Amino acid sequence: MFAALLVLGGMAAAFGLLLGYAAIRFKVEGDPIADQVDALLPQTQCGQCGFPGCRPYAEAIAKGEAGVNRCPPGGEATIKALAELLGVEPQPLDAAEEHSSVPLLAVIDEQTCIGCTLCIQACPVDAIVGAAKHMHTVIAKECTGCKLCLPPCPVDCISLVPVKVEPASWKWPYPVVAVAAVPANDDDALTKVNA
Amino acid sequence: MRRSEWIWNPLTQAMKEYLLIIVGTVWVNNFVLSHFLGLCPFMGVSRRLETAMGMGLATTFVLTLSAISSYLVNTWLLEPLGLEYLRTISFILVIATVVGFTEMVIRKTSPLLYNVLGIYLPLITTNCIVLGVALLNVQEAHNFIESALYGFGAALGFTMVLILFAGIRERINAGDVPSIFQGNAIGLITAGLMALAFMGFSGLVKE
Repeated sequence: MFAALLVLGGMAAAFGLLLGYAAIRFKVEGDPIADQVDALLPQTQCGQCGFPGCRPYAEAIAKGEAGVNRCPPGGEATIKALAELLGVEPQPLDAAEEHSSVPLLAVIDEQTCIGCTLCIQACPVDAIVGAAKHMHTVIAKECTGCKLCLPPCPVDCISLVPVKVEPASWKWPYPVVAVAAVPANDDDALTKVNA
Repeated sequence: MRRSEWIWNPLTQAMKEYLLIIVGTVWVNNFVLSHFLGLCPFMGVSRRLETAMGMGLATTFVLTLSAISSYLVNTWLLEPLGLEYLRTISFILVIATVVGFTEMVIRKTSPLLYNVLGIYLPLITTNCIVLGVALLNVQEAHNFIESALYGFGAALGFTMVLILFAGIRERINAGDVPSIFQGNAIGLITAGLMALAFMGFSGLVKE
């Protein structure tokens, strides 16, 4: 009985001391701004901002590499708090997911189309069929979603809709590599990149 | 018997044992699909392939370490004092300490590794595979190297299944799933089918 208490208590005490020592010995002097930003984030570690967790996003904000408006779980309140802390204008929510280009498909509203053939001439891949004074339509398989047919249309009957992903059209997402922008006239940074 | 055989035979025998442990834990007695341990991260972290890989790496790291440390505590502390009944609680204590300590050390020494593993490390402390491996090691009376390999193999198996499952789930998301089955329901059905497929390996290595 006493041996059990002693062993368990001793182990707990030893491990507690070890962790306490480690907390002092391996203390990381973090960026105080990043710490403050991190404290405001919701700590859901959801990755919707495009960073692997709240801490990396906080560090990117502190370095000025990312906007304050990329945290969907935090919502308006977090954006406002972050903007106040950093002294910037609060912007509307803008998640990284929305940046990714979803494949688009042009759709002609056939009720409104007047058959002017202007979009047919604009289409670079001949994906629109129709004749003068006759309704036009888009061949979905050919359309690349380039938006070039939008400006010529006099009645604005063409809209671009996101393509619904289906098992047949699904493919692996491309690997995303974070690329830092290098100013063209910054010689130090350029030699570093070219080296 | 020649001298070389004296040395080599026991060595190859041990190698065979170790290989069997790895094959056994990865394919035949996979912890997720045949022991049904660690289902919580299996369902929770498998929505995206990248997070699945990060989780797999972190689990491999923690599982090997905790298998070793709980073996040491069991052999050098609990068994000599006849305190085997304290096994579960002291293993939990040891595992939590090891994970906490490793997290601090990694954060100080390698920011890159911390970025990859950091957010997953605390999650794994409460993963039942970790405790399961420690307790099964005692039950199977594994020695030091066998314990470490058993933990490593279990983690490899977990990582493999998690990555396969994440790949399938990313693809299922694009499919036209009936509304009742959407989300975790179709996930669990998929996991069940995977477990059935892995039954094909059963009996390959006896345990």
